Amino acid sequence: MHEDLHQLAKMLHELDDQMVACMKCGMCQAVCPVFSETMKEGDVARGKIALLENLSHEMIADAEGVQDKLNKCLLCGSCAANCPSGVKVLDIFFKARVIVNTYMGLSATKKAIFQGLLTKPALFNSVLDVASKFQGVFTKTANEVIGSSCSRINAPVIGERHFMPLAKKPLRKLEPALNTRPGKGGYRVAFFPGCVIDKIYPQVGQAVLKVLRHHELGIYMPAGQACCGIPALASGDKESFDKLVKCNLEIFEKENFDYLLTACATCTATIHELWPMMSGDKTESMQERIAALAAKTMDVNQFMVDVLKVAAPVQGHGTKVTYHDPCHLKKSMKVFEQPRALLKSNPKVEFVEMSEADRCCGCGGSFNLQHYGLSKDIGKIKRDNIVASGAQVVATGCPACMMQISDMLSQHGDKIAVKHVMEIYAETL
Amino acid sequence: MISASLLTEFQNLLGKDNVLVSESDRHAYSYDAAVLDAVVPELVLRPTNSEQLGKTVALCNENKLPMTVRGAGTNLSGGTIPTKEHGVVILTNGLNKILEINEQDLYAVVQPGVVTAKFAAEVARRGLFYPPDPGSQAVSTLGGNVSENAGGLRGLKYGVTKDYVMGVNFWNAEGEYVKSGGKTVKCVTGLNIAQLMVGSEGTLGVFDEIILKLVPPPVASKAMLAEFDDINKASETVAAIIANKIVPCTLELLDNATINYVEDFTKAGLPCDAAAILLIEVDGGHIALVEDDAEKVVEICKKHGARRVQMAKDAAEKNKLWEARRNALPALARARPTTVLEDATVPRSQIPAMIKAINDIAAKYKLQIGTFGHAGDGNLHPTILTDKRDKEEFHRVEQAVDEIFDVALSLGGTLSGEHGIGTAKSKWLEKETSKATIIYSRRLKKAVDPNYLLNPGKIIGG
Ligand SMILES: Cc1cc2nc3c(=O)[nH]c(=O)nc-3n(C[C@H](O)[C@H](O)[C@H](O)COP(=O)(O)OP(=O)(O)OC[C@H]3O[C@@H](n4cnc5c(N)ncnc54)[C@H](O)[C@@H]3O)c2cc1C
Ligand code: SF4
Ligand code: SF4
Ligand code: SF4
Repeated sequence: MHEDLHQLAKMLHELDDQMVACMKCGMCQAVCPVFSETMKEGDVARGKIALLENLSHEMIADAEGVQDKLNKCLLCGSCAANCPSGVKVLDIFFKARVIVNTYMGLSATKKAIFQGLLTKPALFNSVLDVASKFQGVFTKTANEVIGSSCSRINAPVIGERHFMPLAKKPLRKLEPALNTRPGKGGYRVAFFPGCVIDKIYPQVGQAVLKVLRHHELGIYMPAGQACCGIPALASGDKESFDKLVKCNLEIFEKENFDYLLTACATCTATIHELWPMMSGDKTESMQERIAALAAKTMDVNQFMVDVLKVAAPVQGHGTKVTYHDPCHLKKSMKVFEQPRALLKSNPKVEFVEMSEADRCCGCGGSFNLQHYGLSKDIGKIKRDNIVASGAQVVATGCPACMMQISDMLSQHGDKIAVKHVMEIYAETL
Repeated sequence: MISASLLTEFQNLLGKDNVLVSESDRHAYSYDAAVLDAVVPELVLRPTNSEQLGKTVALCNENKLPMTVRGAGTNLSGGTIPTKEHGVVILTNGLNKILEINEQDLYAVVQPGVVTAKFAAEVARRGLFYPPDPGSQAVSTLGGNVSENAGGLRGLKYGVTKDYVMGVNFWNAEGEYVKSGGKTVKCVTGLNIAQLMVGSEGTLGVFDEIILKLVPPPVASKAMLAEFDDINKASETVAAIIANKIVPCTLELLDNATINYVEDFTKAGLPCDAAAILLIEVDGGHIALVEDDAEKVVEICKKHGARRVQMAKDAAEKNKLWEARRNALPALARARPTTVLEDATVPRSQIPAMIKAINDIAAKYKLQIGTFGHAGDGNLHPTILTDKRDKEEFHRVEQAVDEIFDVALSLGGTLSGEHGIGTAKSKWLEKETSKATIIYSRRLKKAVDPNYLLNPGKIIGG
């Protein structure tokens, strides 16, 4: 065991330069949604960094304990965004997860999902296509306004969740591959829908395409796109992550375009930030290719407002809409004014700000699976803030947030619709 | 070593989830915001009500376990790092209720784990004001503030935590409930134990309920930035403002090094060639009076050699000015891996001498030091930018710190304006006070904590 620890410590030591910047001031306690529930130091960035330092200096033998603490994190980036010392907390956490989880070994389930399924997009798609046909047998509608379902039978993976059913037809079947020339809009953009939009919210993808067509942009939406890789990376499976990056890179390099647009905050942040960050072990030319695609990647709201300059504010009347800031958009990409500007440009929308709009919804990908209780407690605060705003619709820019918020609202029987900003914007066209 | 039966006793008392035993859980309580070596507690105990807190203390005392109380762990003097004999950490963040805000009699009763900024916001919602505002207020606890006698940017006019403590009820080392002070503005009953507890850094008792004074908020304020080519002139200005019987609520100084780091970081348009800037805010109960004061301050600044004074026209401009101050630490902290934030305080008139000495010390030990602080009360924060992994350089840092405190004391200053003594500065205590003071303090400690279990080794060592 000691030999083992030594090996792990050596690998973690690589992170020392980044970790040493943490001055242990504790200011991350103010913004960490997990800490605000558990109030335990091991759950906040400072504590996790201290544990990793201890592990890397072999001051602590409890590698499994550190792994547990490391996984009990939404990767929301609130700590990093608020850190006076500018510690790159997410870089540390992602890299540490890869090191520790690779070292300790992936669970059999995760191996089966990431290595057996996710990295094989064609197989992944067909498995889910079959699942979508049969899901009605096991589930029933929970909330008509939201469109959520819950389980008919006692299924442990689903538990008490109110989840969004798989779409009858995924986006890739509704809108087969596109490769068009630009019109008056001038630009040619690639569109990366990502898994959740493709399989659960194809209407969001359709809304984006409607908008892109309306503005006469050339569109490149190739078939065979793979997942952006975040689920694998967050679980420390760098191998699967690398495969997914490579697969996507090769597909998108086939054509020229000005921007790679996404409507999923998580995908945007992953491609824009995590792909280059995790490419250190690649050849120089591969690193350059990744950096080039990452640099072109942009959230669609940001593109509409900053590049196309479409959002003229109007005095809206009608549906009260509030907005939830997805962590990956606000904290990682600093995009928060643009989606609001788009909402305010809809004359049928009266925009209302909820309190703590940028507080994480509590989803956090696999965090939601591993720590559903905590995820729900954090989500409850979001739900309460949404309800208190008096809005009839809550809009956001991340389909993962949409799923989590739907679950929270649906479980409370709230009749508040959950929409993507692009759906609301598309309604004006 | 903690026996299995004692562990069970703690678990029965607090619930399993509030007794942290695993190695990884305990390691997360081995440090605080001071750059000091970590010590891992044997157990972390998290009571969630007053009775549990008392029983926890009593149990620790019976079993001779040293106790280190921890609020948010943001102190900069090692106050929450367990002592070498290990012992337990008692976490107060589960005791976080505001028990009463009395709008008629202007006081509040709180539990020790209430976060300072949350309390201040609750009070403000009721149209009242709790002025102490340490830079850590977004996370620090009121128990920690009282225990460290924390101060903030408003110290000059509004004082520090001690000026707002009306009473402290606490558990003594044996786990008995002691009441001190009360809810009346005037209260001279008995020994003034409440004030003795302020700044006691967890060595004399474990706070349970704290009674805090509230005041009416100011209704108007004006902020400005004054630039100086000569740091002596900036300090003279500080003294002159006070001598003119104007007490600003905030009077902050940034030296040239800090200005440059902040400008690099924020690109806010600060004058990088200025030797120093003063950020000044005056406030009060009437806008006309405040404006009058503000104009006078501008005049005084100009008369004492300010090359430019920029008055904030509106809230947005005011906020921009304060951004510069708020970013002093972040900007410095980014420059090098390790940031050693010190807390040297001198009489206002000695600020130029102190800053000169700090710059000389920086040159002598070849270190990067930026200095900013609460010039209005003479409280400076020389901030050393270093890398604790570089053993040789860090040794020079330690020597520099020693010298900085020597100078501060020789200028008639003090070891700490607001960050406390903890273990970090206990070795200098005798130098500032006297042998007799240490002996007296130790006797006091021995009398109230015969087993020497309440945060042993802190402040007075031993
Ligand atoms: C970024 C930053 C900025 C800061 N700015 C300021 C500033 O402007 N002014 C200032 O004065 N300080 C400042 N500090 C220092 C620190 O935040 C304060 O000393 C604060 O009061 C500590 O509060 P805490 O809750 O973190 O206490 P902790 O650090 O947890 O504890 C501090 C001391 O109080 C004792 N204690 C805590 N709770 C109790 C209790 N219930 N009963 C008995 N003893 C108890 C502990 O044992 C310890 O000795 C700053 C620190 C940081 C990191
Ligand atoms: S805020 Fe940043 S520097 Fe401070 S403790 Fe958290 S991670 Fe470390
Ligand atoms: S990423 Fe989010 S959940 Fe994780 S430590 Fe930072 S603030 Fe907390
Ligand atoms: S899904 Fe929720 S958890 Fe993930 S980024 Fe969005 S806000 Fe944070």
